[in-house]
Amino acid sequence: MKLRFEVSGEDFSLAGRASTELKRALGRLGIDPGAVRRAAVAMYEAEINMVIHAGGGVAEAEILPDRVVLVLADRGPGIPNLELAMREGWSTAADRFRELGFGAGMGLPNMKRNADELRVESSPGSGTTVTMTILLGKGAP
Amino acid sequence: MEILEARLYAGQDTLDLEVNAACGADLMSDVMAFVKEKVVLLTGLVNPQAIRTADLMDIKVIVFVRGKSPTEDLVAMAEENGMVLLGTKYSMFLACGRLYEAGLRGGGVREID
Repeated sequence: MKLRFEVSGEDFSLAGRASTELKRALGRLGIDPGAVRRAAVAMYEAEINMVIHAGGGVAEAEILPDRVVLVLADRGPGIPNLELAMREGWSTAADRFRELGFGAGMGLPNMKRNADELRVESSPGSGTTVTMTILLGKGAP
Repeated sequence: MEILEARLYAGQDTLDLEVNAACGADLMSDVMAFVKEKVVLLTGLVNPQAIRTADLMDIKVIVFVRGKSPTEDLVAMAEENGMVLLGTKYSMFLACGRLYEAGLRGGGVREID
């Protein structure tokens, strides 16, 4: 099963809707709640990043018998220094997003913690693609 | 509710649920990074992301601190998700302190190195 979501970069109040829908869909399939939560949180962080940094993009979730594969692709400015971006607390988000509850510098670290595999492909000017695999039946992190 | 002199905005029907821990945070990624158990979330953030974060983390009770109150669409979102929404006039520090004093001692977070 494959789900596809257009993530708007215009309206922050909609950010996270795709992740909520993914959570509902996985829940309906009777997948273990720990794995559902890991997938939903990983997707939410990636979705928020797309809105904050890249003006939106496309999020896809492929649900396989043993794992969920999430691919979030944007056409934003890219991540100039991935090593720094992976560090807890490091953030380049604008202050206005901090007032909205984000920009704690925990986005990519949270994705790494919740996904069993995280791949970030990014180059300045050509956008970022985040691919995450969540193995089912492994429970909470 | 009495401890926080709180006002109830949503979740009249689910008020009798039991919680053992609480987390105070305004940055939602911190909630997602550290919370492990089913906590009460105390926050000054009043927007759809507070509800969504709680929903993703299976958090059933949100307390808005510093006298903030949710808008109607947030109340509707919470009702839809079976959540309890409360509001207190106390600051984050005092609201957390009052709950702690009343015996709620769990932080509900993972081990932090």
